[in-house]
Amino acid sequence: MQAAPLIRISHLKKQYETDAGPVPVLHDVSLDIQEGEFVAIMGPSGSGKSTFMNILGCLDIPTGGRYELQGHDVGQMDSDELARLRNHVIGFVFQGFNLLPRANLETNVALPLLYARIGKSERLERARNLLTQTGLGKYAESLPNQISGGQQQRVAIARALAGKPRLILADEPTGNLDSHTSQEIMDIFTRLNAEDGITIVLVTHEPDIAQYAKRLVRFVDGHIVHDGGVHEAAA
Amino acid sequence: MMIGVMLGEAWHAMGANRMRTFLTMLGMVIGVGAVILMMAIGQGVQYSVNQSIASMGSNLFLVVSGSTTSGGVRMGGGAAPTLTLSDAEAIAELPNIAAAAPVASGTAQVINGPNNWSTGISGVTPDYLEVANWELADGYWMADSDVRSATRVAVLGNTVAQNLFGDENPVGKTIRIKQSPFIVIGVLAPKGQALDGRDQDDTVLVPVRTAQRQLLGQQFQNAVRHIMVQAVSAEAMPQAERDMNDLLRQRHRIRAGADDDFTVRNMTAMANTAAETAKLMSLLLGAIASISLVVGGVGIMNIMLVSVTERTREIGIRMAIGARKRDILTQFLLEAISISIAGCTIGVALGVGGALLVNHLTQTPIVITFASIALGFAVATAVGVFFGYYPAHQAARLRPIEALRYQ
Repeated sequence: MQAAPLIRISHLKKQYETDAGPVPVLHDVSLDIQEGEFVAIMGPSGSGKSTFMNILGCLDIPTGGRYELQGHDVGQMDSDELARLRNHVIGFVFQGFNLLPRANLETNVALPLLYARIGKSERLERARNLLTQTGLGKYAESLPNQISGGQQQRVAIARALAGKPRLILADEPTGNLDSHTSQEIMDIFTRLNAEDGITIVLVTHEPDIAQYAKRLVRFVDGHIVHDGGVHEAAA
Repeated sequence: MMIGVMLGEAWHAMGANRMRTFLTMLGMVIGVGAVILMMAIGQGVQYSVNQSIASMGSNLFLVVSGSTTSGGVRMGGGAAPTLTLSDAEAIAELPNIAAAAPVASGTAQVINGPNNWSTGISGVTPDYLEVANWELADGYWMADSDVRSATRVAVLGNTVAQNLFGDENPVGKTIRIKQSPFIVIGVLAPKGQALDGRDQDDTVLVPVRTAQRQLLGQQFQNAVRHIMVQAVSAEAMPQAERDMNDLLRQRHRIRAGADDDFTVRNMTAMANTAAETAKLMSLLLGAIASISLVVGGVGIMNIMLVSVTERTREIGIRMAIGARKRDILTQFLLEAISISIAGCTIGVALGVGGALLVNHLTQTPIVITFASIALGFAVATAVGVFFGYYPAHQAARLRPIEALRYQ
């Protein structure tokens, strides 16, 4: 018998209420993601891929359907339990990096540990180790606007890793970066997936980036139109 | 641990927009400063009233002649000299009375060599010293024999002694009152102002019979202006008052239904009223000042709401990496309280400084108590919590995705 999947989505629906009436974004989406997978999600703008990611990341709640993370029904959880999931199980990487501009890199990376109620010395030690691993150890005291975009994204990945997550959700992580830097970032994701077994789900609209993944899911108009190997995607 | 880090962040956030933080704090500074200053002045007034009351003697009645009807004309208190020395003696015999001190008073010019001074002369008996709560600074007090033989001895109040003798010791010296020589046998310890602001030390005390016969030239022998009566205890005062009324009506042969020709005033009750009034005034000043504290609090709430809106995205990021609602709430609440307490600290300093300045410029007594400062801090914290809660709650209830999308 197969172990329960890390993520099980069944008949997920999401619609936004607007003044002009409800606008459906996701229609009846079902998907399983196993522990250790590397999934790329593609699709045109407005296809619902970002909404889907936000629901995966417990930032948004679906209108209908069921979402199980590690075998637990997310729909039944209160806001504190969702916060705990975002802290311990999920690591987020955003297109716009989303670092706190007034805090130095060390503090930014240590922030999830603060919310995990971890003591100051351990917090800073782990933050420094993570920064060193991503090659930014000497910038620990710098502010985000003093380093390049690629470096900022590495800090954001270090922050996502601080809570030792099982799942990293990356929403267009290379969208603001040049191709060389994008490659570096994708190499980091590949390594995390291969060496540490961290499940990675990333949204991108660049086919080159999707090639790093092992599985491709394509959204169109709120439906999954493709789910399979990355090489078939070109078709 | 969490609190320490969040205080650091609050400090950081306050420093990020110094001008705005300063202006927000200013509301608290003015509010707390006003409360401290007003309470200092109010309690100062209370203090001086209580000092006057303490100098007055306890469980005291003042019996004055008056309230007579003469040919249809009702006369005020003290207008007709109906009280006598024997009334005082009779009152002193009553069971609930500790002492009765008759006072015959008038004004006269007092002369020592080239110095002269116009002052109030009171003819009193030996009991007066205790009943009126005087103490001797120097010399000795008059005896029963001085009253009986109407000797020409005088005890000077501090103001009179200063004006006639300066730094010289008046005891044993001779002064002249209305051309008669009097030997100064003692000087009273200073007492300060009475409740009505009159200088109690501006007085000369002589034996009552001496005053009646030689100084005041009264039309009725033995008449006294008023009698100070001390009851044995506060509880005995109501009974003592009834007894005195009965006794004096009987002695003055007032028929049932006719008006009294005297008035008994409960001085202790009047003093308590004065103390209550001072307390009320103190309270009122504090209450008015507190309004500015509330206004300051609204200022904090306003700025915190702006701050929450400005930092919506930051709140979203924090939530995305695991901040709970409570963490966000604590963070913004601490920021509001920090502003409030920082403002309060400056306000206390300004309030205390202002109170000292008022004292220096106007000689108004001020009292700054630890309690009023502690109260200032407590109220400031409460204001911070009360007015910081709503914006903090607004921040904490944001949905993570909406906060993150906010531009």
